Amino acid sequence: MNNIDALKELLYKMADDQLIIGHRNSEWNGLGPILEEDIAFSSMAQDKMGQSEHLYNLLNQLGEADADTVAFTRNAPQFHCSHLVELPIGGYDFSLIRHFLFDFAEYLRFEALKTSAYQPLAQVAKKFFGEVKYHTMHANTWVYQLGHGNEESNGKMQESLNFAWDYALGMFEPGPAEEMLINENIFIGEEALQAKWLEVVIPLLEKSNLVIPEKSSWAPIYGGRTGNHTAHLQPLLSEMTEVYSIDPSADW
Amino acid sequence: MYGNAYIDPNEKFSSEEETPELLAAFQARIDAGDKIEPQDWMPAMYRKQLIRMIEQHAHSEIIGSLPEGTWITRAPGFRRKLALMAKVQDEVGHAQLLYSAAETLGKSREDMMNDLITGKSKYSNIFNYPALTWADSAVIAWLVDAGAIVNQLANSKGSYGPYCRALERICYEESFHLKYGHDNVVHLATGTKKQREMVQAAMTRWWTPLMHFFGPSDKASVHSDTLMRWKVKMASNDAMRQQFMDMYIPKIWDLGLTLPDPLLKKNTETGLWDYTEPDWEEFKRVINGDGPCNAERLAVRRMAEENGRWVARAINNEEAEHVRPFA
Repeated sequence: MNNIDALKELLYKMADDQLIIGHRNSEWNGLGPILEEDIAFSSMAQDKMGQSEHLYNLLNQLGEADADTVAFTRNAPQFHCSHLVELPIGGYDFSLIRHFLFDFAEYLRFEALKTSAYQPLAQVAKKFFGEVKYHTMHANTWVYQLGHGNEESNGKMQESLNFAWDYALGMFEPGPAEEMLINENIFIGEEALQAKWLEVVIPLLEKSNLVIPEKSSWAPIYGGRTGNHTAHLQPLLSEMTEVYSIDPSADW
Repeated sequence: MYGNAYIDPNEKFSSEEETPELLAAFQARIDAGDKIEPQDWMPAMYRKQLIRMIEQHAHSEIIGSLPEGTWITRAPGFRRKLALMAKVQDEVGHAQLLYSAAETLGKSREDMMNDLITGKSKYSNIFNYPALTWADSAVIAWLVDAGAIVNQLANSKGSYGPYCRALERICYEESFHLKYGHDNVVHLATGTKKQREMVQAAMTRWWTPLMHFFGPSDKASVHSDTLMRWKVKMASNDAMRQQFMDMYIPKIWDLGLTLPDPLLKKNTETGLWDYTEPDWEEFKRVINGDGPCNAERLAVRRMAEENGRWVARAINNEEAEHVRPFA
């Protein structure tokens, strides 16, 4: 694997994560617990979707196919997203906890990438960082409120946190060529990112009256980065490409 | 998006405290072009009819987000997906804006939502039809939103301040939706054979609901005369339907699409469109609950409400600790 392949791997996993969580968040249309949350989830989904397109465009500059082709014609084994983003939206409690865990990771990822030696990525990271900042504010506000709301809401949030935790750790699955990116100051690497993330999310979750699963039980769920996915991804992709695949050469 | 509010001509309103002097002063303000504001005196029928109109409009926005919303996850390509997400989000935003406008008249959002999910309140009939293909979502975005603009521009000149201001903003956004929908239909109508067939089939399916959209011809009644005089109802259903046909039938024909009405033509003598009356019995059946999607639409809304109640319980808990948002 050369530098370009390592860079592509980084871009693919970021773009695929954004695309799939954007798709999942968009499923809240019409189903939010209050109208304001319908609207908020849609805004965030639009940001994620736009970010993924941006990242696919960077891949296009590195010789990959155009954004629509890459997003709308691959099958599950060709995707690099983490299992966390593939899971169905579940209840609002799960979607909110996932949004919290994912967006704080993105926030820190983009913060680190702002100084990436790969200039095109550093530039988009600056833009994304500004957007994701608001996603983390939204997530933290709601997690705090529901963590403290009443016994029922605290119980639901705790249950979802317990369920999501190992999937969230799976976001930081190390890539085979990461050393190269670290050595060239392109990316700090997943291990360093996870350490930063734990430092941020643990105190916030505790402040929200939630309990972090016992460290000895942590078992990160890996596989997504190498194309091994949950059974939820292919149906999502089949739905996403249903119209596009009627005629991929048509102008829609 | 929106359809007409249904007016029951037989409804009675109490007028005990509505002295002729008060009513005359109220009418004088309206005639002078004043906007009525929430704290102002208003007749009971004015308040009640406005609550019903704005509430039905809000319900139409939120239910209307469902048929198009199902195509967000299937939209072909980033450009369409991002635009459709933003469009449907606007519709939900309109609902939020309109529930707030209706609340200024004294009915809470919770009460309105309950009346929606129990079937007590109506919403625009057109959303009880299914969006079967991607092309249906394109036709809805173009022509249902176009119909809504005709209706809402008229109503934005009405007399109730909060509703007018909400409508002005809504119309700006709807005009973008219309552009999106038109662009989408143009791409399909000038695209591959499959795309053309898809959009023609959708246009044929949606023609009757579009003709129903503005409601049956208004029957003259004291009730509707009063509402016109108070600038609650701003234009007759037939006038709005004619305006819509005038603006959009030529555009539909320009794209090489046909409409399923052999009588459809502009009458050069009257200056009005001749058309076959759509089946108004069907309209009544659907408005009373027996349409292709009534049960499904309400079931989805009910499910969302029921699944979300725990969130409302938690944030309404008086002992809960709240956090001030960062921004």
